[in-house]
Amino acid sequence: MSLLQVRGVSKHFGRLVAVNDVSMTVEPGELRAVIGPNGAGKTTFFNLISGFFPPTAGSIVFDGQDITKLAEHQRVKRGMARTFQITEIFPELTVRENLRVPVEVAAGKRLSPWMTRATTAKMMERVDELVEMGGLGGKGDRLVGELSHGDQRATEIMMSLALNPRLLLLDEPTAGMGDQETYNITRLIRRLHRDQRLSIILIEHDMRVIFHLADRIMVLAEGSMLAEGTPDEIGANEHVQAAYLGKAA
Amino acid sequence: MSGLANHKFSIVVWIALLTMPFWMGALGGYTELAIRVVVLGLAAMALNFLLGFTGVLSFGHAAYFGLGAYGVGMTIKYLHPSTPLGMLIGVVTGTIAAAVIGALIAKRRGVYFAMVTIAFGQVFYFIAFRWNNVTGGDDGLTGWRRQAIDLGLGKLDISRDVTYYYFVLAVFAVSVVAMALLIRSPFGRTLVAIRENERRARFLGIPVEQHIWLSFVISCFFASLAGTLYALLSNFTDPRALRWDQSGNFVIMAVLGGMRSFWGPLIGAAIFVVLQDYVSSQTENWMSFIGVFFMLVVLFFPRGILGMIKRRASA
Repeated sequence: MSLLQVRGVSKHFGRLVAVNDVSMTVEPGELRAVIGPNGAGKTTFFNLISGFFPPTAGSIVFDGQDITKLAEHQRVKRGMARTFQITEIFPELTVRENLRVPVEVAAGKRLSPWMTRATTAKMMERVDELVEMGGLGGKGDRLVGELSHGDQRATEIMMSLALNPRLLLLDEPTAGMGDQETYNITRLIRRLHRDQRLSIILIEHDMRVIFHLADRIMVLAEGSMLAEGTPDEIGANEHVQAAYLGKAA
Repeated sequence: MSGLANHKFSIVVWIALLTMPFWMGALGGYTELAIRVVVLGLAAMALNFLLGFTGVLSFGHAAYFGLGAYGVGMTIKYLHPSTPLGMLIGVVTGTIAAAVIGALIAKRRGVYFAMVTIAFGQVFYFIAFRWNNVTGGDDGLTGWRRQAIDLGLGKLDISRDVTYYYFVLAVFAVSVVAMALLIRSPFGRTLVAIRENERRARFLGIPVEQHIWLSFVISCFFASLAGTLYALLSNFTDPRALRWDQSGNFVIMAVLGGMRSFWGPLIGAAIFVVLQDYVSSQTENWMSFIGVFFMLVVLFFPRGILGMIKRRASA
């Protein structure tokens, strides 16, 4: 069974059609890239999947259940997590405090007024595991707001991962990064995909990252789907070259 | 500031509170003033549970404070002369009102939330003001006294101010410890997460409206408890206890002392109460002095008095 089925979703803002009748199916363990020129509706498409706002038309099925009308936190509970184009973290808290919140939410503790020592120790163990996995060792007690852009992005990805998602939505994870940081994040994403068989949808501008990581690519242009296929198919597609790759190159 | 320094500061606060009736006189104060500090400190700390640790500004907390005050007064006057029963009814009334109103406003944010809390607060003020034959109207609710508390083994006579001070301090201690434990719990961390970044909190699976509602109800629970203690102090309450300027005073206390620190609002309440007592004996326009003092603190120490001291200590 497919993990995610997006069926003909559209989003209108007044007279502007940001996303127009787009469909997509993602299989378990797949890494799908979504590309397109600026203003193509990629982030709006993400916002529809993650429940930031409801679609004007169409439906979204996750793991066999229609989630079109569910609130964002209910989608998180069903196994969907996301990051944002502009990093969304808790800048005045430490890395470990940032990670502790989703770890405790994922353990079903969000309303708990207290915890036993043993449970607390288990939560902190998981937090430290995530700190290491994100390449943030030694920075766990630093305020996130004081870290480099790359480390902040890594923290945000690990916060999403702390929720134990089955589908991870990453909105331009390498935006604004230098080569070394881009390499580190790319390696992290590939490890999550290869080793943990995590399904990932990725919006990205960096073609090296996309062709290195993606199983399949979907191309959006002016709110509509222009093409879909393997990286080789997309690379050879004339329409895509004309509308997107041609301009970017 | 390190955890150890925090711990030391807490010990200093508790020692000061436990000994306050003995040195208050030497400084020109009196026991009733000490009680006002503790009671209004509790109200300001209750407000700060919502303001400082959830990031939501309420300008209507006097409504719940006042419901507690009228609840205890009317119970003792009309229903049954029992202090604990009166306090229970006062707190339950305030908390139920908060649960209902909170559910209506939990989706509002920022200045809209603050405005709606004022509006609901004024509803209770006008009820207390107009319903003369029950609430005493503008003259206030008189003709009742705090009653000795039956502990089973014997009666605790709280009619003397010093005994009442320690009774109030005991209630304060239990409330403050409960709030501290809540702030350090997983639930408390979700509230801080909402304060820091609501969008991130939402997409970490936290139903933000539900958590803000709970924080509001908990905050109002302790505010109405403070209200019962306040009415019992003077065996009297009047509509000003629920008016919007009283709500504003709680906000001033929290901001003055430092709303990002746990003890800040208590320090703010102490400064406010003492300043009010001293200045109002010199001039009727005491509020303008408080106003100037408040502006100076906000301009030069935006994190409040305690925030400034903490920064000095860690520098």
